[in-house]
Amino acid sequence: MTRFTLSRRALGGAALVALARPGVAQGAPIRIGELNSYARMAAFAVPYRNAMQLAQDQVNAAGGVMGGRHIEFVFRDDGSTPGDAVRVAEELLTRENVAFLAGTYLSNVGLAVSDFANQRKRLFLATEPLTDAITMAQGNRYTFRVRPGTYMQTRMLVESLRGKTAKRWAIVAPNYDYGQSAAANFKRLLPEAIPGAEIVAEQFPALGRVDAGATVGALSQARPDGIFNVLFGPDLTAFVREGNTRGLFERRTVASLLTGEPEYMIPLGEETPEGWIVTGYPVEQIEAPPAHKAFIEAYRGRFNDMPRLGSLLGYVTVQIVANMLNQARSAETEAMVDALADLRTDTVVGPVTMRGLDHQSTLGAWVGETTLRGRAGAMKNPRFADGADYMFSEAEVRAARRSA
Amino acid sequence: MEWDFLLVQALSGLASASSLFIIASGLTIVFGVTRIVNFAHGSFYMLGAYMAVTIVPWLLELDRSPTMFFVGVLASAVAVGLLGVAMELLLLRRIYRVPELFQLLATFGVVLIVQDVVSMIWGPVEIPGPRAPGLRHAVYIFDQRFPAYELFLIAVGPAVLALLWLLMHRTRFGVLIRAATQDREMVGALGVNQAMLFTGTLFLGAALAGLGGALQIPRVSASSHMDLSIIVEAFVVTVIGGMGSVPGAFLAAMLIGQLQAFGVLVFPKITLVLAFLLMAVVLVVKPWGLLGRPEAASGRAVLPEGILDPHPLGRAGRLLAAAAVVAVLALPLFDAYTVKVGTEVLILALAAFSLNFLVGNGGIVSFGHAAYFGLGAYGAGLLVVKAGLPMEPALIAAPIAGGAAAALFGFFVVRLSGIYLAMLTLAFAQIAYAIVFQWVEVTGGDNGLVGVWPSSWAASREAYHYLTAVLTLGAIIFLRRVIHAPFGATLRAARDSAARADAVGIDVRTHRWLGFTLAGAAAGLAGGLYAFSKGSIDPTLLGIPMSVDFLSMILLGGIQSVMGPVAGAAAFHAVKDFFMPLTDYWRLLLGLSIIAMVLVFPRGLAGAFVSRRRGAS
Repeated sequence: MTRFTLSRRALGGAALVALARPGVAQGAPIRIGELNSYARMAAFAVPYRNAMQLAQDQVNAAGGVMGGRHIEFVFRDDGSTPGDAVRVAEELLTRENVAFLAGTYLSNVGLAVSDFANQRKRLFLATEPLTDAITMAQGNRYTFRVRPGTYMQTRMLVESLRGKTAKRWAIVAPNYDYGQSAAANFKRLLPEAIPGAEIVAEQFPALGRVDAGATVGALSQARPDGIFNVLFGPDLTAFVREGNTRGLFERRTVASLLTGEPEYMIPLGEETPEGWIVTGYPVEQIEAPPAHKAFIEAYRGRFNDMPRLGSLLGYVTVQIVANMLNQARSAETEAMVDALADLRTDTVVGPVTMRGLDHQSTLGAWVGETTLRGRAGAMKNPRFADGADYMFSEAEVRAARRSA
Repeated sequence: MEWDFLLVQALSGLASASSLFIIASGLTIVFGVTRIVNFAHGSFYMLGAYMAVTIVPWLLELDRSPTMFFVGVLASAVAVGLLGVAMELLLLRRIYRVPELFQLLATFGVVLIVQDVVSMIWGPVEIPGPRAPGLRHAVYIFDQRFPAYELFLIAVGPAVLALLWLLMHRTRFGVLIRAATQDREMVGALGVNQAMLFTGTLFLGAALAGLGGALQIPRVSASSHMDLSIIVEAFVVTVIGGMGSVPGAFLAAMLIGQLQAFGVLVFPKITLVLAFLLMAVVLVVKPWGLLGRPEAASGRAVLPEGILDPHPLGRAGRLLAAAAVVAVLALPLFDAYTVKVGTEVLILALAAFSLNFLVGNGGIVSFGHAAYFGLGAYGAGLLVVKAGLPMEPALIAAPIAGGAAAALFGFFVVRLSGIYLAMLTLAFAQIAYAIVFQWVEVTGGDNGLVGVWPSSWAASREAYHYLTAVLTLGAIIFLRRVIHAPFGATLRAARDSAARADAVGIDVRTHRWLGFTLAGAAAGLAGGLYAFSKGSIDPTLLGIPMSVDFLSMILLGGIQSVMGPVAGAAAFHAVKDFFMPLTDYWRLLLGLSIIAMVLVFPRGLAGAFVSRRRGAS
């Protein structure tokens, strides 16, 4: 008897919570729940959050969205595990009454939150997780991704290898989804760029625990002409130092994912190798478009630091969010989801479209060569690769997304 | 393969082995003397690296010479040694009299604090150190190039071993360390100043960890993830070598270094699990490690840590239990998020209770309980995602999966005792983790699998909460019944004295094995419920952090008490949930809370409750 009364009251409570959702109170700020690995991945997440706050303040100062409503990001740590992240997502939706969710860093966290959003039928704007699954096999109606995924980034890099002569390739990648799928994409795309190329060695050290000596030894023993590297962070620093000392990179073509991002380039310092083909963000060389320059100046003015790639991503995300809210004219989930599909936003890096087919944005990345300027690494001859040219083909997307 | 390549690869292995040995030697000495499983040892290693990337460049500014480099490295080691002394004086000294496991919890609190303090002081970005002057170049070994600095590292390991040997055999301090490693009580009885001995040991241990970290800076940059990546490996080395044995650690480090260097040639993905495979094999064959000895105290009557007398609940206890059940049922009156947290607390309470069934009641300290929790989650999740079955049969499969894994691993585990048993559970958990992580086609690899949602009748938060409440409370009551039943008493008898239990005709191994299986099944059920509450499964459910969380819960609650783990799970989860939204530095606050609870309630929450009641009556 007691139990029955309790659950009826519970239902009443749930209904009250539902009534209190945003969109009811006119003029109140639109709250956005942003969860990310602020504690464990602070090197990425803090510059990212800084730029989001900058963008939020600029949007609000310019009159807000939907004819005068402010936007307000509620930042939460996602605990870096799917279990914690789903609980935090629940807290943001139920207690903070956010209109939708954004963020996450790790792929497993992003996928878990994406499926949670699908289950609850709430919008989730995955900003950073790189796994292809989030827009492909496990994509759903409510999840959109901003950053170019693993496939797109690998493809940008492989396109730059056209015309190179290296035939024998070795792969070194961290042993988890990002490394494995980058390696698989590379194997698939390489023969198109360099006919007759083959993979002669693969090394998959555990993430964060690369045994640089053994790995470099194993790679050089295969006598490759080219090396495809997916290591980043402390693993990359250790690998580059060992490789430099032992001459692994001499007279070899090296293609390396993410190495040109300031996050990973700065720690390399004077050890930065010459002539690696990398994806990245040559922030100190950006001259155009003017909006991008203005963003960099505004960021430097406020935080006394150069923006990182994470900062650019955070800023672009807020621009997309503001545009979406203006188009949707509502903070209701279905209206926002419909507005996001094929939404074109003029961002600081130029137009970015959220492709409706796979919910992947066309945000691009820079491809260039590493070089040493003074005692710091830099990107030489960077070119901006528009993400729209490197996406999965429509047929592939249709085959992978059962629900799409 | 050419033999000059094999030689160079072997040298690479030796260099890694040497570095690993320096760190592991400190851990093994500290364990030998104080019996503390020092989780903070990895933090000392990390601090050594951060100290060195700060001190060494400053010294090199004065004079760019090899001397200055090594002065800086040694200064970093000494500074870290002093931090070890600070930890001993401020924290460990206050808790030597509490159960040994409790000290482990305190050192885990230190790990959390150091992680955040490091990122406060040095920032989140990794810091590369300078290369060693005079050792920047490569040496030609036939036509292969090899870094001179690594040749130097190869020499450092044996040098440290020799110095430690001299210290152990030629100084009074060393003799005392050896004596305490063999028999701590006897050293105390002979009037040795134990406080000084322990402080000195902590200095030595921490300084060795710091030295290990500082010596790495020409090879790897200092980063805030170094601590956990090294600590597990250091544990493996000390256990394979035999806890407390410095030569054993040397041997084990050499073995692992070589296996790693050549293993990657054959199995490029082997590094994840290789060390644990080796540890499992060594422990199954040699239960005390390669050069370890059976614990001297194992034949002596010591007051066991754990549930002594599972008396029925007193009036206050019954009131408390009733209040807790009412609170659980009334949760849906509050907001939806409270319900969610309440559901999680119930699930974690069952997992913690099943762990304490082993630890408190059976004396089987499992460091890998998350394996059974996680495998239960996978058992249920795979049925839903891959076989398309609904929630109900999947929830039946969860305890079966957890129990089956526990039966398999437990068969080997229950042959051991004490710290070696704990490390074998850890090894099996890591092997299970590696399988789940690597078997991408079936398990989805580290991305895990999504779409593990309850059937429609249980889809709402409230309905799922009540389902969880019925199943977890039912399982807890059942396990509590088992603790009170003759089977539970038999496990306690085997815990208190395996020899005497054997003498009165109890088949100790079989009983412990059954107990292990039962606890695994209960953890599996908790894992299955967890999977459906989150909608996804992934390898973090089996990971070491999860096992440590469970241990923290039972220790906070009190392992001497039957119901304490439930309170511990609630307290731990509530503290974490309270701090996480507040600040990026929630780990610091969580660590401080853990240490505060260890100091204020050295017998856990339940212990504090009992002594209050006794004090009142």
